[in-house]
Amino acid sequence: MRAFEYTSPKTVSEAADLLAEKGDLARVLAGGTDLIVQVREGKRHLERIVDIKDIPEANVLSYDPQAGLHLGSAVPCYKIYGDKAISAAFPALADSTHIIGGTAIQGRAAVGGNLCNASPAADTIPALIVLEATCIIAGTNGTREIPVEQFCTAPGITVLQNGEFLESLKVPAPKSNSSSFYLRFIPRNEMDIAVVGAGASVVLDDAKESIVSARIALAAVAPTPLFAEEASVLLAGRAASDESAIEEAAEAAKTIARPISDMRGSAEQRVHLVGVLTKRALNGAIQRVKES
Amino acid sequence: MAVEKEYKVIGTRPIRHDGVDKVTGRALYGADYQAAGLLHGRVLRSPHAHARIKSINTSRAEAYPGVKAVVTAADLTASQDKIVDLGEGAVNLKFMCDNILAREKALYKGHAVAAVAALNGHIAEEALELIDVEYEVLPSAIEVRAAMQDDAPLVHEDMKTDEMGKQSENSSNIASHFQHKKGDIEKGFAEADVVIEHDYVTGTVHQGYIEPHNASAVYNADGEITIWCSTQGAFNARGQVAEILQHPVSKVKVVPMEIGGGFGGKISVYLEPLAALLSKKSGRPVKVLMSREDVFESTGPTPASYVRVKIGATNDGRITAAEAYIAFEAGAYPGSPVGAAAMCVFSPYKIENGFIDAYDVLVNKAKTNAYRAPGSTNVAFATETIIDEICEKIGMDPIEFRLLNSAKEGDSRVDGPVFPRIGFIETVEAAKDHPHYSAPLEGKHKGRGTATGFWPNFAFKSSVSINVNPDGTISLVEGSTDIGGSRASIAMQAAEVLGISAESVHPTVVDTNSVGYTDVTGGSHTTYTTGLAAYEAAQDVKSQMIERAAKLWEVDAKEIEFADGIFRYVNGKEEEIDFKGLAEKLGQTGGPLMGRASVAPSGAGSSIGTHIVDVEVDVDTGKVEILRYTATQDAGKAIHPSYVEGQIQGGAVQGIGWALNEEYIFNEDGQMTNASFLDYRMPTSYDLPMIDAVIVEVPHPGHPFGVRGVGETPIVAPPAAIANAIYDAVGVRLTELPMSPERVLKALGKI
Ligand SMILES: Cc1cc2nc3c(=O)[nH]c(=O)nc-3n(C[C@H](O)[C@H](O)[C@H](O)COP(=O)(O)OP(=O)(O)OC[C@H]3O[C@@H](n4cnc5c(N)ncnc54)[C@H](O)[C@@H]3O)c2cc1C
Repeated sequence: MRAFEYTSPKTVSEAADLLAEKGDLARVLAGGTDLIVQVREGKRHLERIVDIKDIPEANVLSYDPQAGLHLGSAVPCYKIYGDKAISAAFPALADSTHIIGGTAIQGRAAVGGNLCNASPAADTIPALIVLEATCIIAGTNGTREIPVEQFCTAPGITVLQNGEFLESLKVPAPKSNSSSFYLRFIPRNEMDIAVVGAGASVVLDDAKESIVSARIALAAVAPTPLFAEEASVLLAGRAASDESAIEEAAEAAKTIARPISDMRGSAEQRVHLVGVLTKRALNGAIQRVKES
Repeated sequence: MAVEKEYKVIGTRPIRHDGVDKVTGRALYGADYQAAGLLHGRVLRSPHAHARIKSINTSRAEAYPGVKAVVTAADLTASQDKIVDLGEGAVNLKFMCDNILAREKALYKGHAVAAVAALNGHIAEEALELIDVEYEVLPSAIEVRAAMQDDAPLVHEDMKTDEMGKQSENSSNIASHFQHKKGDIEKGFAEADVVIEHDYVTGTVHQGYIEPHNASAVYNADGEITIWCSTQGAFNARGQVAEILQHPVSKVKVVPMEIGGGFGGKISVYLEPLAALLSKKSGRPVKVLMSREDVFESTGPTPASYVRVKIGATNDGRITAAEAYIAFEAGAYPGSPVGAAAMCVFSPYKIENGFIDAYDVLVNKAKTNAYRAPGSTNVAFATETIIDEICEKIGMDPIEFRLLNSAKEGDSRVDGPVFPRIGFIETVEAAKDHPHYSAPLEGKHKGRGTATGFWPNFAFKSSVSINVNPDGTISLVEGSTDIGGSRASIAMQAAEVLGISAESVHPTVVDTNSVGYTDVTGGSHTTYTTGLAAYEAAQDVKSQMIERAAKLWEVDAKEIEFADGIFRYVNGKEEEIDFKGLAEKLGQTGGPLMGRASVAPSGAGSSIGTHIVDVEVDVDTGKVEILRYTATQDAGKAIHPSYVEGQIQGGAVQGIGWALNEEYIFNEDGQMTNASFLDYRMPTSYDLPMIDAVIVEVPHPGHPFGVRGVGETPIVAPPAAIANAIYDAVGVRLTELPMSPERVLKALGKI
């Protein structure tokens, strides 16, 4: 590990300037549960670390049943699943923040950090995709917004340009008769990275009988987390209890998976798991609507 | 001889003597070593599985500010092929040296090539990047069966096969080949009604101790070397360092620090000679640490193996013949535990007709090392699952089959030795009588399996000395590093003899200049052998104390009795005094009193365990959940039952990890791709039920209290028991370890 400069700006613009000045040799520090490991192991050589935990915009956590969720990029996982209203409104987000690492990691790790680290296997990204989150990106020239499914472009790479960082995320308020679910497959019950992750959200009709709309997202089966759009669309109008519809969606989700084989699992195992987990995620979300 | 009797201390559960230090964080482990002017060492390792080292240029690293010394193989005396015996079997000195620093070739990814000492670890790491090594990458042999082929790349160009003592003509990766035969194997199979044969493959598995290897050294100007390290055996480490550095053994002192796990993996030295060489060059104390990646890639895991077992039995459940082909990956240098595997493969069954064909095979991986019952787990996976299959075919309960075929006192193993009293039947009966065995198991895809594990146990050498303190306590000095609570179990044996409490013993593990020779904490020998030394040393104290009492009372020592902690003179005048009272009077009866013993017993008592496991298989994902686990084991006599249970539970857990997920994953270039605790998947507490440990006590006749070592046996049965349970749950037999979700899915035909 080489020596680097540690900075903790108090404002968004100060942070943007500190980042812009050093380009690739500067990096944002949220919880540090990815960054510190990477720097210590010599996988990243940095000249400057920009800690955003003193910036008010990166620390907001507010939920309003009409306006939805405003989530600062440095807010740690435990605050999210620890908030009853937020957990009830966005169960997939609660599911995913609750399984990152363990209790100690969740005390620090931020959803923003999980997203910006842009791992194909990141657990919160499929949840954010099915919840239709929007990224608010701050830079030296003000802010811009993009849908979360467009944020990651390759393993470890995002749309962030020089001097830009993720300020916060916005998640729309849940529609009535809707719910969401996230799960992953890991060989152990903790301390593993997803072999495959799948998130689903569904909106049912008032009778909770048929599916109005659905969203499915996948992790660890492509260079970036994926929004399985075709699989999602084909569910609209189908009965919530129609196992063949769920099966079709799962098959459609499998067709967009293009996983690699690595030490965490083989490509064929991953494709198979996409089918299994998509079904479980959809049925889980439907079950939650019915129970609500 | 063991006598059934009531004990005062043995069998109780006092708080361990090292407990407070450990839970308060005061205990000093190797990495805690500090000294004025301390330098920090790091090691440059080969990125290639097999490569010729054409040149090493260290000049840029040496010139880097803050770097104080750089060493390569050129700093080690070029060693010859020479067989040296360091107590734990013979080793070739050249191999031992070459493993410390690669000379002509790097033989595995992670093989040490150079080491640097600098003002801090960061500078040392930077300097490693400035060492220029020119490699010629060679094709590598990375899997045992491929490595045995005639056209395989040779790990050592001049390695000949040792064919039962004779050298082969051609070079080969097969370092040795041996066989054991008993009875008439053909006749045996001809008598069988059922013959089952399968191939088994097991992966490379690491001991996974929490504490990475470390070593600190001071090389004084007068040639005195002191080393502080985490080791299973300070004397063994001393011997290795002396041989590797070609230095007089008496000029090497090893100070064993507290040890954060070893399981067999902290017997070989890796960093100790490097720390000494760096200290010699720099003139300062040097501490060298491994990263977790180094630990995985560059220390000795237990071997991957290919095993083929064939067993024949009659319809009424008698084994008629058993045959095994066992090929173990030794790693880059000879010496896998294939010999031990051959001892264990059919033990503890009574086999009249047996044949074992075994191979020690070189591959371009780190040299393997001991890991809890080394070799036995690999082969038990084969034998114990075949037995399960035979039982299914003939319609017999595997527990009954084991009772019927168990070896008893006087029966001989296929590899020769005759069994003394063993507790196989007793552990099987304990399993059978346990409520787990008859508990209903309801629900889909759930199954129950059983298996037995065997380990012969070893008897090494140990020394103990005891000082009697004026307050009636004793200080017990020993050389066995304490990995699993042995300080307590050894102290308790002395306490029992002297009629004092466990708390009245102050046990200390000391350096190689401060106690008699003691072998490694390994082979499940410590509570047995060092316990025996403590027993003998306490007897020595006892007889000297009797003489002191005789002096005090001016009577003949022969007429003094010692029982229940009281010295008594009964002939005529009644006199009695307890241990404490007499200890207070040492000054007036002749001064300080010290007892001592060095022992080298033969014939450790084997330990056997029978396990029961319930699993549930997720047939969509292939994941196996352990629902319930019971492990019975013969401890001979449990000195401190909590630590026996701890050993049984820990061993079972490591066996479960091996069964389900643990393995080294290599890419086609022979590079490990999962060298971290994240991807080398050891079970966590979330993956395990409470392991119900059931202690069975069939006293070992060769120990005064009947102790059998217990540390290794419990790892042996789990993979086979779990495989049998998976079969019971979903009807497929897995023959490859680990039985990871992907392999289960494949076996189920899902992918
Ligand atoms: C033991 C352990 C277990 C783990 N388990 C899991 C797991 O189960 N699932 C999982 O998905 N991950 C896991 N992780 C990875 C990690 O904890 C998560 O990705 C976490 O959410 C990262 O958040 P952080 O706040 O710590 O990010 P940091 O480490 O602070 O940052 C991560 C990356 O994003 C960049 N960054 C952070 N915030 C911003 C921002 N606002 N704008 C621009 N760039 C930014 C940083 O520069 C860095 O490159 C684990 C890590 C550890 C150490």
